[in-house]
Amino acid sequence: MSEAIRGVVVTHADLAAALVAAVRAITGDDGGLVAVSNAGTDRAALARLLEGAAGPAPAPVLVFTDLAGGSCTAVAATVARGREGMRVVSGVNLGMLLDFVFHREEPLDDATARAAAAGRDAVREVGR
Amino acid sequence: MSVALYRIDDRLIHGQVVVGWGQSLKAGFIALVDEAVRASEWEQELYRMGVAASVEVRFAGVAEAAAQTGAWEADPRTGIVLTADIATMAALCAAAPSVRRVNVGGIHFRPGRTERLRFVYLTEEEAAALRALAATGVAVTAQDVPTAAPVPLEAFA
Repeated sequence: MSEAIRGVVVTHADLAAALVAAVRAITGDDGGLVAVSNAGTDRAALARLLEGAAGPAPAPVLVFTDLAGGSCTAVAATVARGREGMRVVSGVNLGMLLDFVFHREEPLDDATARAAAAGRDAVREVGR
Repeated sequence: MSVALYRIDDRLIHGQVVVGWGQSLKAGFIALVDEAVRASEWEQELYRMGVAASVEVRFAGVAEAAAQTGAWEADPRTGIVLTADIATMAALCAAAPSVRRVNVGGIHFRPGRTERLRFVYLTEEEAAALRALAATGVAVTAQDVPTAAPVPLEAFA
């Protein structure tokens, strides 16, 4: 069994905190997720917030970001590039996070691919 | 069409630019003027990642940008030109006199800066640099998103 992965959710405004709160409401636990907002930050400041939330390397960290082309993703990718044991998935949604918190003990690369797949699977056209 | 927005934004290509301004202006290209990004293929790929395939992303240093401003202005598509800081935009304006208007879109807190607007923090030197830019005839306003009203320079620097 691998070391439990820490999840850091990095988004615009208060979305990250709301997503973590929703995970807690559904599962009764925050599942090792930490919320970070980009509000009021430039890239350097957001990188420092992410590094603080991630904790010391090389503990495994999976970063969830919102917009693929947004500052959160750009900063997360830059931090992850210089740090062992950090991966990034964009397009975070509640389905992705809920799947992640029950599979935090998987190897980091497997958990990353699994999270991306769960997020895609959560997006469906319904009702017709 | 032409360049619709010359913007100073320390996040460069991000949500407000791609979604907010890009969609509103129906931008066909974004020119990112930054010497460090110009030198880093990896960073260029990162900035291209979230931009729709229909929007061309160009990367240039200040000298390259100044040389291409005329072509950008004549481009049939609508363009957005970005710099991360005031100094780079001032250098571009000095080298390309056709740039007559600058949007301050996002300069965030750092030690030494004070809040001027919710999305603009400046040191005294940066405020003076913006006033100096305006003194050359460039119209400088602050506006984070297209639905907001532009704020005149006198209100924040």
